[in-house]
Amino acid sequence: MSRGRPRVGPLARTGDGTGADALDVDALIGDPATRIVVCCGSGGVGKTTTSAALALRAAEQGRRVVVLTIDPARRLAQSMGIEELDNTPRPVVGIDDAAGGALDAMMLDMKRTFDEVVESQASGDKAAQILANPFYVALSSSFAGTQEYMAMEKLGQVHRAAEADGTYDLVVVDTPPSRSALDFLDAPERLSSFLDGRFIRLLLAPARGPARFMTAGVGLVTGAVTKLIGAQVLRDMQTFVAAFDTLFGGFRARAERTFALLQADGTAFLVVAAPEPDALREAAYFTERLAEDAMPLAGLVVNRCSAVPTGAEGPDGAVLSTDEATTAATRVAKRDPVSVTAGLLRLHADRARAVEREGRLVERFSAAHPDVPVVAVPALAGDVHDLDGLREVGRLLADG
Amino acid sequence: MSDWPDVRLHVVTGKGGTGKSTVAAALALALAYGGRDVLLCEVEGRQGIARMFDVEPLPYEERRLATGLPGRRGRAGTVHALHVDPESALLEYLAMYYRLGRAGRLLDRFGVVDFATTLAPGVRDVLLTGKIYEAAKPGGRRGGGRAYDAVVLDAPPTGRIVQFLGVSSELAGLAKVGPIRSQSDAMMGLFRSEATAVHLTTVLEEMPVQETADGIAELREAGLPVGGVVVDQVRPRDLGDEHLAAAAAGTLDRELVAHDLRAAGLAEEADAGLVDVLLADGRDHAVRRRLEDEQRALVADLGRPAYELPRLAGGVDLGGLYELAGLLREQGMA
Repeated sequence: MSRGRPRVGPLARTGDGTGADALDVDALIGDPATRIVVCCGSGGVGKTTTSAALALRAAEQGRRVVVLTIDPARRLAQSMGIEELDNTPRPVVGIDDAAGGALDAMMLDMKRTFDEVVESQASGDKAAQILANPFYVALSSSFAGTQEYMAMEKLGQVHRAAEADGTYDLVVVDTPPSRSALDFLDAPERLSSFLDGRFIRLLLAPARGPARFMTAGVGLVTGAVTKLIGAQVLRDMQTFVAAFDTLFGGFRARAERTFALLQADGTAFLVVAAPEPDALREAAYFTERLAEDAMPLAGLVVNRCSAVPTGAEGPDGAVLSTDEATTAATRVAKRDPVSVTAGLLRLHADRARAVEREGRLVERFSAAHPDVPVVAVPALAGDVHDLDGLREVGRLLADG
Repeated sequence: MSDWPDVRLHVVTGKGGTGKSTVAAALALALAYGGRDVLLCEVEGRQGIARMFDVEPLPYEERRLATGLPGRRGRAGTVHALHVDPESALLEYLAMYYRLGRAGRLLDRFGVVDFATTLAPGVRDVLLTGKIYEAAKPGGRRGGGRAYDAVVLDAPPTGRIVQFLGVSSELAGLAKVGPIRSQSDAMMGLFRSEATAVHLTTVLEEMPVQETADGIAELREAGLPVGGVVVDQVRPRDLGDEHLAAAAAGTLDRELVAHDLRAAGLAEEADAGLVDVLLADGRDHAVRRRLEDEQRALVADLGRPAYELPRLAGGVDLGGLYELAGLLREQGMA
């Protein structure tokens, strides 16, 4: 057993000059040119906490920040003063504003956002007609993808308002807990291409009248759709589409504007993952997708990493590998089966195994994506539900 | 022996990141003994089953996946797998009910398949659950398909499960008539019956446990049968209770630990600070164990049978799945 063995795992790799660069979170949020930070990643990896922690840290360093969250844990939401799902940014009380910063937070109400878009695009009567349509109600409240679309729509709105009146100089946005991390990039395009797509034109034809459009093929198609979803739904859809017709152009233009905003220089994406194969695989897909769409990726945040407990970062010689610790535990237990030292050595081995495994997973990600800076955040013992907890997460994000 | 002798359809849901897919796979292995045939289904297009079992990506058809965990008399059953994707399910549905060969292709060209499977409210879910229903419904299967003794569904997460299973009621509100409506009624009949159990996976952390409690309430409200709670990724118990308290308080015997390390040939490491690292490991572990105990008490208050699975530090591989399957069976889940 030699001294000076390099520490393994995601926490050991940053800053050691090998593999990818460490992600410098403070440089990112401290750069006045950074106007939007989008946190994305698969579900259950701590995106909401990461966004809130980043927003708080940026605010306490002097930025005027608003954070858009999707579905925060109840106690975290309470601590940030956003118990109401009302699309209104509210000031977060209790932040350190010595540096001149401020923090507002809001929770996204997707149906309300959709309604607002309709209201902004259509006149009173027509808007009311659309809002009351059963197909619209279903589409706006339960269609898979609406939430993603509306998160990006809201981001666009908040950003434009902020640039116009200078209320905020940084928008941090959380993304919905999608099945796939990519959904929110695809959703606006999918919804807008549906809304003015070929199929909807087809549905529209009978509502508009001239039967000459009803070729045999078209008849077959609408016939099949009628069989599938029932005539009533089809009629609702036709009414909806007829009423919505004039709004299509507007929707597409908005979606395109949002897409352009995501590609702009002031935008930075942070991909959030946990040190698990599935989450890192999603992160890899996402990284590639962002590159294809020319969207600026700032780096990868790996949450919940196993780590040497704080306060115990001794010299490397004081850390045993899995095998060393297991062997030692067996040896100690032979003399005393209930020995506390054997128990501690087994815990140590268990952690070492997790650290080794996680380190390998992150290394694989970096081997395929060497240009993506990485920061590994050690797992906290408990849940985060107050500003102090968020500050701690922010500190860990910045320290790497 | 099993807590769920009458259940044919085991639906496994849970908050993202709590090991839902792992638990579903382990449960399928545990249920497949004594010649019983089990079907493991996934519906979220992730090919997680193929990865866990280290096989080629699954097609839209049932494939033999693995041999189950042998029972007491050494006899195993088989596990088949099915990856359900909505596009294939739609085309199959149309072919089955309407013989829409030509129109099926036309539909695709007009973007109807894409529309129906991604945009039309609820249609996606009803296509997925419809396929599951075909496999799990009472009285065998249409078209001479294999009959299974149990079907395990790796379902969408807790936040979407009621909508997913109860989608029919929502859709039925839209589609007041039509074939989907009549099929929905039959499906709801199965999902609400004693032949179905919706199990929830959680880890012993605040948010997942809270979400489990909320999920149970929602399932009950929707009239769906709540199964057990599977507590996943439980920490190892390498320290006894008295040591745990001392570890938390920082009063473990340093000298004793240093002495034991020297005796085990780790004198150099002990001097280099290994004692401190181990004590810190112990403290960290004790803190987390205490938080786990608080959450475990909350899980017990949920009033559902609970099953615990350990965290596998090396990750879950095929051997690990059998190990977890054995633990589920020991605890009476299968």
